[in-house]
Amino acid sequence: MSGTSYRIAGATGDWEIVMGLEVHAQVISNAKLFSGAATAFGASPNTQVSLVDAAMPGMLPVINGYVVEQAVKTGLGLNAKINPWSRFDRKNYFYPDLPQGYQISQFQFPIVGEGEIECEREDGSRFTVGIERLHLEQDAGKSIHDLDPSHTYVDLNRSGVALMEIVSRPHIRTPDEASAYVSKLRTILRYLGTCGGDMEKGQLRADVNVSVCRPGDYEKFRETGDFGHLGTRCEIKNVNSLRFIRQAIEFEAKRQIDIIEEGGTIDQETRLFDANTGVTRSMRSKEEAHDYRYFPDPDLLPLELNEDWIEMVREHLPELPDQKRVRFAEKFGIDNVEYLDALTAEREFADEFEKAFVALFESNDLAKEVRLAIYQHLHVTVDYPGKETAESVVEDFLGHNLGFDAEDHRKTYGKDAQALANMLCGQVRAKAAEAGVSAAEVARKIDVAGLVKLIKDGTISGKIAKDVFEILWEEGGDPAEIVESRGLKQVTDTGAIEAVIDQLIADNPDQAASVKEKPKAMGWFVGQVMKAMQGKANPQAVNEILCKKLLG
Amino acid sequence: MSDLLKLSLDEVTTKLKAKEVSATELAKEALAACEAAQPALNAFTAFDGDKTLAMAAASDEKLAKGEGGLIEGAPIAIKDLFAVEGVSTSASSNILKGFKPTYESTVTSTLWDNGGVFLCKTSMDEFAMGSSNETANTGPVNNPWKGPNGEMLTPGGSSGGSAAAVAADLCFGATGTDTGGSIRQPAAFTGTVGVKATYGRTSRWGTIAFASSLDHPGPFAKTVKDSAILLQAMSGHDPKDSTSLPQDVPDFVAAVGQSVKGLKIGVPKEYRVDGMPEEIERAWQAGIEWLKAAGCEIVDITLPHTKYALPAYYIVAPAEASSNLARYDGMRYGVREEGEDLTAVYENTRAAGFGHEVQRRIMIGTYVLSAGYYDAYYLRAQKVRTRILQDFDEAFKTVDAILTPSAPSAAFAIGSKSDDPIAMYLNDVFTVTANLAGVPAMSVPAGSDKDGLPLGLQVITRALDEETMFKVGAALEDAAGFNAKPEKWW
Repeated sequence: MSGTSYRIAGATGDWEIVMGLEVHAQVISNAKLFSGAATAFGASPNTQVSLVDAAMPGMLPVINGYVVEQAVKTGLGLNAKINPWSRFDRKNYFYPDLPQGYQISQFQFPIVGEGEIECEREDGSRFTVGIERLHLEQDAGKSIHDLDPSHTYVDLNRSGVALMEIVSRPHIRTPDEASAYVSKLRTILRYLGTCGGDMEKGQLRADVNVSVCRPGDYEKFRETGDFGHLGTRCEIKNVNSLRFIRQAIEFEAKRQIDIIEEGGTIDQETRLFDANTGVTRSMRSKEEAHDYRYFPDPDLLPLELNEDWIEMVREHLPELPDQKRVRFAEKFGIDNVEYLDALTAEREFADEFEKAFVALFESNDLAKEVRLAIYQHLHVTVDYPGKETAESVVEDFLGHNLGFDAEDHRKTYGKDAQALANMLCGQVRAKAAEAGVSAAEVARKIDVAGLVKLIKDGTISGKIAKDVFEILWEEGGDPAEIVESRGLKQVTDTGAIEAVIDQLIADNPDQAASVKEKPKAMGWFVGQVMKAMQGKANPQAVNEILCKKLLG
Repeated sequence: MSDLLKLSLDEVTTKLKAKEVSATELAKEALAACEAAQPALNAFTAFDGDKTLAMAAASDEKLAKGEGGLIEGAPIAIKDLFAVEGVSTSASSNILKGFKPTYESTVTSTLWDNGGVFLCKTSMDEFAMGSSNETANTGPVNNPWKGPNGEMLTPGGSSGGSAAAVAADLCFGATGTDTGGSIRQPAAFTGTVGVKATYGRTSRWGTIAFASSLDHPGPFAKTVKDSAILLQAMSGHDPKDSTSLPQDVPDFVAAVGQSVKGLKIGVPKEYRVDGMPEEIERAWQAGIEWLKAAGCEIVDITLPHTKYALPAYYIVAPAEASSNLARYDGMRYGVREEGEDLTAVYENTRAAGFGHEVQRRIMIGTYVLSAGYYDAYYLRAQKVRTRILQDFDEAFKTVDAILTPSAPSAAFAIGSKSDDPIAMYLNDVFTVTANLAGVPAMSVPAGSDKDGLPLGLQVITRALDEETMFKVGAALEDAAGFNAKPEKWW
């Protein structure tokens, strides 16, 4: 509810933006919402169409129970109220890619009511967006206008696919917040396994409602709930990337401000964003808006959910990103916000971090029980049962058996967890971006734990580790073996290092002398030693010997 | 031609089991009789002799082995609203001209599973919208019963073709659908038995929808027992229809002939409407007396919201129809009329494909669902519906069955009401209540008017209590002793 510092300067003063988003998320399910037809992406046109999807005469819809569970799971993940009674309505309009002549949706009584999610701005600060509702509805088919100059082709594969429409409150105040909200929503949906979130494949699409107001108006709206304090909104339909969302909002806000400042008024209308030109253009005005003639679908019974069943779904919810953040901070002592974001953005990547952590201690101090428990926990995040047990085993073990408290635990393992996070959030993510694959995929391919272990026990330096990382990415294999077979082991033999240093000092007496006045100049010697020893010298040993010899 | 076709379903299946007659013989005879009658009655929309004979042959094989279902080998006529695989299914509408489904409706496939043999598709009011079978794209169906001066009468509607086929002894039973009386009114007009079971007892899957919450597939039969057999052979839970009842199907046939002694029969005063012919009143009174004589207790009851039923029905049914018929858009199947843009294609296709009555109801339905009118019409009609249901609930606290006339008149002449939709809609005045409430109801022939035309009485019972309905229906049938047949002129 805090004010925004985001202002757009107009000719008549400052303006602010207010936004609410309607996100359409395709539900992960093998079958469609009301028919048994398959939903795989990319199938040949009209090959995943049942008699129901094609609206043949006499066909009737039957609700897909799994989709209902997915919607409930999502509602719970959005901290929302699950409505034990909801209903499907028909939204009537004619279009060739809408075979029934109506879309089955939940207009009046959605399956999920109010909730909220916490999102992170780019600067790491957090904000809360209220969720108004989530409802289930059918997707339409696809009209293809560009295959033939005089005909439109229709592909009904998508017809009847289950969508969740997630409607936010108008709590979004900047283009970045809009993008952060969609991004956070996507993370939650992916964690839950209820939506793939791939915007390019149309699995996630956003309608953005934008209005502008003067500073202070929004606060009045929040206090009173009176939309009269806000400007007239325009809805930008079907924006399908985070970048386009930001662009569309920026353009639309300026457009509205220009109109108002020139003495005009904003018409409530539906607009389309043209990604090629970066502008929004009118699709249909309020007067042209369809009269959808909503009424309860008489082919379907109201959806009634048993409270016990809802509780069961709740109990089996996987750990969500915010919970994971807290746990990573508490249990592993990771305090870098950026790392926490990066590690928890994708569930698979977070899993890789935990697996690597366990592997790091496999041979020594982390007791078998704790490893097992964490493994179990990792499994838990995928397949529900036994979560409590796994957690309590860890707690018991750390808290009682060994007399550790959380603080001790962080002291013991925190440094190593930090080292792992460093590599995962640094090199692994950079490699993923470079190769165009997911960070989890890179982490799975490379034995990160093995590599960090080699750094930790002084076998290689951080610098050599970067080279080994590249070898592992290109060729795979065991880090220790690679270091051994290619002679990359760090030289800790002080005699060998001393010999090199003595030679350097002898060759560069003036430089050596200058170090006493300018201690920074010692860096040059470090570099030369490393160069002479192909980077394998233990940096700590080099520093110690140099200090002794040059500074006395 | 032999008299085989005059037998009841019960009688002919006994003969089939006893191998006194073969299914093939029966099928050939029925096909020939239907074809011979078609020019006069115009009751049929499609035949598939090869399919009929193949199914009959399959029945004969089963019968030869002493196997076979409840109606094994009996030729059954199917209203053109039911999808029959590979056979033209058009809802008597131009918009579905030539449409042959690749699937079989649940009701017909259940009938075939029980041994029924597909005989033909029967004509109906277009998309089941009508009470006289005059809106069929193939023209009106003639009632086998003629007027006193030899004038052609309607068989009622919308399931007029099925009613005519059963009345003229062209089959051993037929399917119909009853949305506001479309089985019971034609049954009354043709001297046949027509049954609408509890909503959800018979599946709607594969039956072309008119008004989903009111559509009830059901049978036409020559006798009450036959109607029980047929309902038995088409009922059952269907997971493909979300509104199908998950309950087991009781033994309807066993209920026929059981004593009605001690049953309380309600007679609702609201069904005594203005301008109702005296003969209808007399037939109703006779029914009351028969049941009293059979040991029933007659109770005067009130169903106070009855007068709102017809207006509510003519809002809910068109509303649902306007949406259900949106799929006939010329895009995927059926008729398509080209136009210069998309809107023109829609307009041309639907203007050419739908008849006037269907267009009228689509427009009424579209209107009552429109923004600003929804609350005043559709929502209010739904509230009336709840009251109608409460009326029945209240009445069934004291009575076991309700007795009313089936229709406010005997069969009327073709063309006599076709220009006056309101007069036509009034035909449903006694029947729509049971559709709005979803309770079982049947029409039983109960006598004749002064012109010798059949009149029907309606028995309504509690939801899921078809057994009491059949008991009372059979008692009426026994007492009425109606066995008149139209003189054969076709």
